[in-house]
Amino acid sequence: MTTTTDASTGRHIPDRLRSPLEARLKSWESLLLLVAIAIFIANSLASPYFLNAWNLSDATFNFTEKAMIGFAMALLIISGEIDLSVASIIALASTAMGAAVQFGVGTPGLVLIGLGTGLICGAFNGVLVTRMGLPSIVVTIGSMSLFRGISYIVLGDQAYGGYPSSFAFFGQGYVWWVISFEFALFAVLAVIYGVLLHKTNFGRAVYAIGNNATGAMFSGIRVERVKFTLFLLTGLMSGLAAICLTSRLGSTRPSIGFGWELEIVTMVVLGGVSILGGSGTIPGVVIAAFVMGLVTFGLGLLNVPGIVMSIVIGALLIGVIALPRLWAKWRA
Amino acid sequence: MFRRTFTTLLAGLSVSAGLMGSAAAAEDMRIALVVKALGIGFFEAAAKGAEEAAEELGDVEIIYTGPTDTTAEGQIEVINSLIAQQVDAIAISANDTDALVPTLKKAMQRGITVISWDSGVAPEGRQMHLNPSSNPLIGNMIIKLAADELPEGGEVAVLSATTTSTNQNIWIEEMNKVMDNYPGVEVVATVYGDDLADKSYREAQGLMQSYPDLDAIIAPTSVGIVAAAQAVVDAGKVGEVNVTGLGLPSEMAGAIESGASKSFAIWNPIDLGYSATMIAHALASGEAEAEPGAEIPMGRMGSLTLDENNQGAMADPFVYDESNIDEFKSIF
Repeated sequence: MTTTTDASTGRHIPDRLRSPLEARLKSWESLLLLVAIAIFIANSLASPYFLNAWNLSDATFNFTEKAMIGFAMALLIISGEIDLSVASIIALASTAMGAAVQFGVGTPGLVLIGLGTGLICGAFNGVLVTRMGLPSIVVTIGSMSLFRGISYIVLGDQAYGGYPSSFAFFGQGYVWWVISFEFALFAVLAVIYGVLLHKTNFGRAVYAIGNNATGAMFSGIRVERVKFTLFLLTGLMSGLAAICLTSRLGSTRPSIGFGWELEIVTMVVLGGVSILGGSGTIPGVVIAAFVMGLVTFGLGLLNVPGIVMSIVIGALLIGVIALPRLWAKWRA
Repeated sequence: MFRRTFTTLLAGLSVSAGLMGSAAAAEDMRIALVVKALGIGFFEAAAKGAEEAAEELGDVEIIYTGPTDTTAEGQIEVINSLIAQQVDAIAISANDTDALVPTLKKAMQRGITVISWDSGVAPEGRQMHLNPSSNPLIGNMIIKLAADELPEGGEVAVLSATTTSTNQNIWIEEMNKVMDNYPGVEVVATVYGDDLADKSYREAQGLMQSYPDLDAIIAPTSVGIVAAAQAVVDAGKVGEVNVTGLGLPSEMAGAIESGASKSFAIWNPIDLGYSATMIAHALASGEAEAEPGAEIPMGRMGSLTLDENNQGAMADPFVYDESNIDEFKSIF
C-alpha cells in the first residue's frame, strides 16, 4: 500500500482507500480466474485424458471462433447496444464465400469476401441503429432472420463445398506445435481488443457512452460514430469467425453456426460485462471463454449429455451474476 | 469468506458433474454411438439395440452420445471429445454429409474406426456406411405386404408423395420390377398426395370411388399412409380396403387398432443400432475389413455385403402389425 508520512505527526496517511493490488484481487476477473482454475483441476482429476497437449488444443476450437466475436460484442454491449445477428452474419458470409468458390475465386479472394460480407452486414445494422435511431435489439433480431434467410434462399437443403486446400489453414492449420492458427488469432485479437478498450481514447469513449450517452455527447464524443464503428467491428469479427468456421468444416450449409449468438452473449456476460452497458473488461471475456471451453470439453470427456452441459453453463451464468448481488443485499 | 464458499460451490458443481460419468474397465472396447441429437425416440431405440449387441459381445462398452440440437458443429465437439478419450470406434448418424469429414478424418488418422449409419457421411470421412435398407428391398416389401393379404389376387393402387419425389419414384419402380412374383395382383392406379395430409386424404377417397373393387392402397410415404387409413375409416371400408406401405408406428397405431391397416413397414431402429455396433466391433477388432465386396458379420442380423462405395443395406424393412405395434408406438 502506498503511504505518505506526515512529517509533523509521524502518522501514516493512506493516499488511496484501496491499493491497486487489493482492488485487483477482489475484482470480477480474479473470481472468474479462480473458477477457471477450479474447473481445470476438477477436469484433470475427473478424466485421465484431460491433461494432454493435443486434447487441450482440440478443445480450444470449442470457443476460439465464438470468442473472436465475443471481443467485439463486449465493446458493443459496454456501449449499451447489442448485436444478435452475429451467427446469421456467419451464415451469410459463409454462403457468399461458398458461392464465390463455385466461380473459382482463390483463398485471398475468399478471405476478402468473408470479411467484406461481415462489414456490409455490420454497416446495415449500424445504419439502422444510429441513423434511424431504432433499438439495436429489435434491429438485430430482424437482421438475424434476414441474413440467415438469404442463406436459406440461396442454398435450400444444398451445401457449398470444394474450398481450395490452402483455405483449410484458417480452421485446421497449426502455427507452432499444438498452437492452432485459430488459437493464435484469438490471442492476438485479445491483446488488440484489450489495448483498444483499456488504453485508447476510443475505449474510454465506449465506457462513457455506455454509462451516459447524453453526457458523453455533451463532452464532445461522437456517440453515433463510435456506435457505428462498433457495429462494423462486430460484423467484421463475424466475417472472420465465418472464415475460420467454414475452413474448419470444409463446407457451407445455411444452418452453420446456428444458435451461436446466445452462446456469445453468455460468454460476454459471464466475463463480467454488464448487460446494461457501462462496465466490463476484455481480460474478463478471455477468462470466460476459457471457462466455457473447459466446462464443455471437460464434461464432454465424461460423455455427459449436451443438455446437462447447457444446464451447467446456465447455472454458472446465473450463479456468477446473481450471487454477488445477493451477497451485497444480504450484507446491506 | 463469501468468495471461498462461492468457489467451493462451483468446484463442487464441476466435480459432482464429473462423477456422473462412470469409468468402466479400461480393457473393454469402447464404441461410441453418435446420434443427430439426444432425446429423439428413434435414436434412443438405436441405443437400446447397441446395448443389446454390447451384451452379446461381452467386452464392449457403449458410449451413447450426441449434441442437444441437430447441428454439425455440435457433433464436431462431441467427436473431438471422443478422439481425446481414444475410443476404439465411432458409429455416427451424421447431421451433415460434408462438414464432419475433416474431424472424422482426424479420428481415423488417430486409429479410430469410423462408420456411418442411418444418415451417411461422404466416403472420405468414413470407412463404410450402413443403410437401414435398400431400394429393391423396400420396393419388394411394399407390394409383398399388400399381396400377403390377397391370396386370390386383387386390385391395388399406389398413393405416393409428389411426382418428383426421388425416393418414392425409385421404390415404385423397384416394386414394378418384381410384380411378376405376385400373380393376380394388379396395380390399377398411381396417384400423388404431395405429402400433404388433406390432399392425400382426397386422393385416397378418389381411388375408392373410381375403383369400387379396390383391395389395397399402398402408400410408401408416412404422410400418405396415415391419410389413406383415415379415408378408409371415414368411408366405412375397413376390412374391404387394406392400407399398407411405409409409416411410423406412433402415427399408425390408430390405423392398426381400427383395422384399416393390417401391417406396414419401416426400418427398425433397434436392429439398426445393434448392427452398427456389431459392424464397428468387427472392424475395430480386425475381424473384418471395410472394402468393396467384403462381408461383415452382424450377429443375429446376418451379414452385410459392401458395394463399390463401401455401403451396405442391413435388411428388409421391418414389418409392424398388431402383434408389435404397442411396443414400438412409444419409441418413434
